[in-house]
Amino acid sequence: MRRLLFQTLINRPVTEKAPRLDDGELAELAARVDVAARRRLGRSLSIREVDSGSCNGCELEIHALNNPIYDLERFGIHFVASPRHADVLLVTGPLALNMREALQRTYVATPGPKWVVAVGECAINGGVFAGSYAVAGGIADAVPVDLVIQGCPPSPEQLLIGLLTLLEATARA
Amino acid sequence: MPDSRLIDAVEFAGNRLGEGPLHRAVVDPIAWESLAVTLAGNRNWSLLAQWAEPDTVHMALLDSADQSTAVVSLPCPSRRYPSIGRLHPPAIRLERAIRDLYGLESEHSPDPRPWLDHGAWPQRHPLAAMPTGQASLPPYSFLTAEGHGLHQIAVGPVHAGIIEPGHFRFTANGETVVRLEERLGYVHKGIESLWCDCDLERGARIAGRISGDSTVATSIAFARAVEAALGVVAPPRAQWLRALMGELERIANHLGDIGAICNDASFTLLHAHSGVLRERVLRACRIAFGHRLMMDKVVPGGVSVDVGSDGIEAIRYVIEEITRRFPQLVELYDDTPSLQDRTVGTGVLSAELASQYAAGGFVGRASGRGFDARRATPYAPYDALTFDVPVRTLGDVNERVWIRILEVDQSLGLVRQIVDRLALEQGRELVADVALRRNATVSEGIALVEGFRGDVFAWVRIDDRGRLARCHVRDPSWFQWPLLEAVVEGNIVADFPLCNKSFNCSYSGHDL
Repeated sequence: MRRLLFQTLINRPVTEKAPRLDDGELAELAARVDVAARRRLGRSLSIREVDSGSCNGCELEIHALNNPIYDLERFGIHFVASPRHADVLLVTGPLALNMREALQRTYVATPGPKWVVAVGECAINGGVFAGSYAVAGGIADAVPVDLVIQGCPPSPEQLLIGLLTLLEATARA
Repeated sequence: MPDSRLIDAVEFAGNRLGEGPLHRAVVDPIAWESLAVTLAGNRNWSLLAQWAEPDTVHMALLDSADQSTAVVSLPCPSRRYPSIGRLHPPAIRLERAIRDLYGLESEHSPDPRPWLDHGAWPQRHPLAAMPTGQASLPPYSFLTAEGHGLHQIAVGPVHAGIIEPGHFRFTANGETVVRLEERLGYVHKGIESLWCDCDLERGARIAGRISGDSTVATSIAFARAVEAALGVVAPPRAQWLRALMGELERIANHLGDIGAICNDASFTLLHAHSGVLRERVLRACRIAFGHRLMMDKVVPGGVSVDVGSDGIEAIRYVIEEITRRFPQLVELYDDTPSLQDRTVGTGVLSAELASQYAAGGFVGRASGRGFDARRATPYAPYDALTFDVPVRTLGDVNERVWIRILEVDQSLGLVRQIVDRLALEQGRELVADVALRRNATVSEGIALVEGFRGDVFAWVRIDDRGRLARCHVRDPSWFQWPLLEAVVEGNIVADFPLCNKSFNCSYSGHDL
């Protein structure tokens, strides 16, 4: 273990620079964040991830955000274990009817101010699963959606841009 | 007959799985039940899959004595059939799912509770010929565990980590788990209904999204089943590219799992390092194939993308990087007693259960079941490649970590061989035209493909217009989830995450 730790000390960090954000989207989102929310949140967001029916592809890429290359926590964004500690619900997957109640209860358990981010095509409109008897379509059918991050699945860069946009918007509003 | 052979017992049984259209053996209830008796008593036989359509149940059987397979069908006009699960417990959840979706009852089933149906769909038996209106279901009754000092811990469906939803009901005595019961089905998406009368391209896109972590393996299984039904063979270059993607998927997932298991023992250093290696693999996949998880790159008839010289270079580079750095991580794992203290002797799966449930992948191979579809029921191009199938016998979390470590080594070797062979491959053709070979009649095909998690089974029926009429895909998780319940018993609650991660079953692949 010593050798590995020593190498980590002498090698350059693998962590990459933050991606550039889209100014238009940022301004639009910032306009929707109220002053009270900004004051409470500062430059930090706690995220609860909820899978409402995903194929687990989105989960893999959300996991990647925590690896040393993307290192999400350096931006003040971190994943929490309970909706009661969360500012943001990051929801993946189509809205499986078997998950509707659990998603709604998770939303209710999240204290305000709170945002819901729909991650991936399925969460936006049901994706390839739209039209099934067991799927209601996108997650907007159960909870209000504030931001969408497209992709199937979105790459970690796309996820990072989406989350940083939300963070900037709350800080700037 | 405990020693009978499948090829003697079932019509059309044979050991050329997935080559050419499928012939099913249509049997009567008496023959169906006698097969269940043999399945329960003969250690060589295992249940590969059990599925249904509105008026018929099917099961796929494997005889490991000669690796022969057979698909047996029982028409059930009375909407009832003799339960396989009554004699062979691995079928119980499959039969509960069949009842929920198709309304076909397994007679004398030991567990008549619903499984996928949580009472949230607009209809009951949504895939039956005549679905009925949804009546509210009674609350789900969990199995009981009674005794002095027992308490229950209910977890999920929304979990604490970034994982898929499912409910776990623990009954514990202090720290020790007396019983774990899983309640799954939360991410049921009605996938089999989407496959009814669907074009092949859309069918393949759905197959690639049954379980995102196994998108390549599932897509290959689906494509091979379609090709078998239509009598088409994918071009050689496509076969190499499929295997290349399949092995990269295996390496990426095993690296992620090894790190995640150590992370669940709070050993984050290994998680960080293996996370970096996993990321490198996914980036090489994006350069080579245009998608980090390689979704939609395997299509019926072949592949949808060729790999360029920059892709080959990226793959060679990442393979050499892992070859250089992975041994250090393995050494770190092996030299850290505090970590081994958590993984050795934890969550032991017996060889008997692994064999009975035909547990695939690292779950089976860590408990002495050496089945690997790439070797046992070989398919192109693995019959032309050199690799070992590592098998260990102690069946604990540590063994499941070690199987992954050894398989990463094997897959690195496979990727090297495939990249070398690709350079020699003269043919540039990527996809055989499945549309041109359209049969005038309805035809069916099956395939068994080794994903990172185990063998994925696929069955398709193609109609006379070349469209997908029906399809069933059985993820390896179906036979691994019940075993997780068994291995957790007697462990402490805090070791459940380790046991669970070492199994890493798919929720979505199971719930469909």
